[in-house]
Amino acid sequence: MHEWALAEAVISSATQIAEKEGLKAVKEVKIRIGELQQVELDIFEFALSQLKTGILQEARFVIETVRARFRCRVCSYEWFFERNRLTGDSAEAIHFIPEAIYAFIKCPRCNSPDFEVQEGRGIWLESIIGVR
Amino acid sequence: MDPRLSIIDERLKGIKRIIAISSGKGGVGKSLIASTLALLLVRKGFRVGLLDLDFTSPSTHVILGVMNIYPKEDKGIIPADVYGIRYMSIVAYSRDETLPLRGADLSNALIELFAVTRWGDIDFLVIDMPPGISDATLDVLRLVKKIEFLIVTTSSVLAFETVKKLAKLLVELKIPILGVIENMRLGEESAISRLTANLGLRFLGTIPFEVDIENALGNIDALLRTGFAKRLDEIISGCGLFKILKS
Repeated sequence: MHEWALAEAVISSATQIAEKEGLKAVKEVKIRIGELQQVELDIFEFALSQLKTGILQEARFVIETVRARFRCRVCSYEWFFERNRLTGDSAEAIHFIPEAIYAFIKCPRCNSPDFEVQEGRGIWLESIIGVR
Repeated sequence: MDPRLSIIDERLKGIKRIIAISSGKGGVGKSLIASTLALLLVRKGFRVGLLDLDFTSPSTHVILGVMNIYPKEDKGIIPADVYGIRYMSIVAYSRDETLPLRGADLSNALIELFAVTRWGDIDFLVIDMPPGISDATLDVLRLVKKIEFLIVTTSSVLAFETVKKLAKLLVELKIPILGVIENMRLGEESAISRLTANLGLRFLGTIPFEVDIENALGNIDALLRTGFAKRLDEIISGCGLFKILKS
């Protein structure tokens, strides 16, 4: 997912939650990003700073990257994502649609494409701190 | 909380109508109808998008003859322009590779595509749905608020049996169904129009089986000259359902 689209989704989502919780101002938003998204953090943080308005004006964004870990459903082998083992094209495809990984990666032990992304996919709002 | 879900309405707000081409089972011609419908609507002067949601077996790119699709990046993804259609398919990312996806992964990919794709202001988004009523269909029903369904069947009672299940679900959820098209009709006799009426749905018309259509795949000019495309045009022009009301 593109950094700007991602930031837009975070701002929209955090605003909705803050309004629902009756917050007057948000102080901090904690975000977890899966490594599989290969987000450029500088661009993402810049996008957040440009897009935050209103209730999020004063918010600080704390971003944690979660390493991508896979587990083969056939032979139970576990391994980590290694971007430098991918071609530029396939890394970019995974950046936009992380599930494209199933087109480019197989279990290093048994070669099965039937594996699970145990951690490190997607983006989550972990917590929002604000004043009522 | 998954923040992608909160942005989907925003991404779809410039689209006037979203039409899902669906069926209870595979092999009834959904992709061909979705692709040709998109082409016909463009020719009628509408602004049209086409989204191939059949992630594990995409085929609209083959029908349209576009093997390399390069959506642009601009604060998200801008669909590629294919013969005037704003076109998006997972093959832009999976390329020519096999993409084996389990249900949860399929859902994730679908949410991601809806969350990042910037369709802009268009009249129609035509969605080529995967067959049946599993994850992708349920996700579309959950995420796309203004969805309308166009159901495709063949003349076979086997295909129609699965249509009944799909239609029942949509009716229960109060999702609009434009009607049913009978595709690949062989012979004179068919019970599909009567069976459709029995379900309380509108029968939109019949498209005869056409042996030579295979030769037109990948060439849109040849495709639009087929009896199939002409008959589909008659159906969509005659039913009066493919209009945009001026606001």
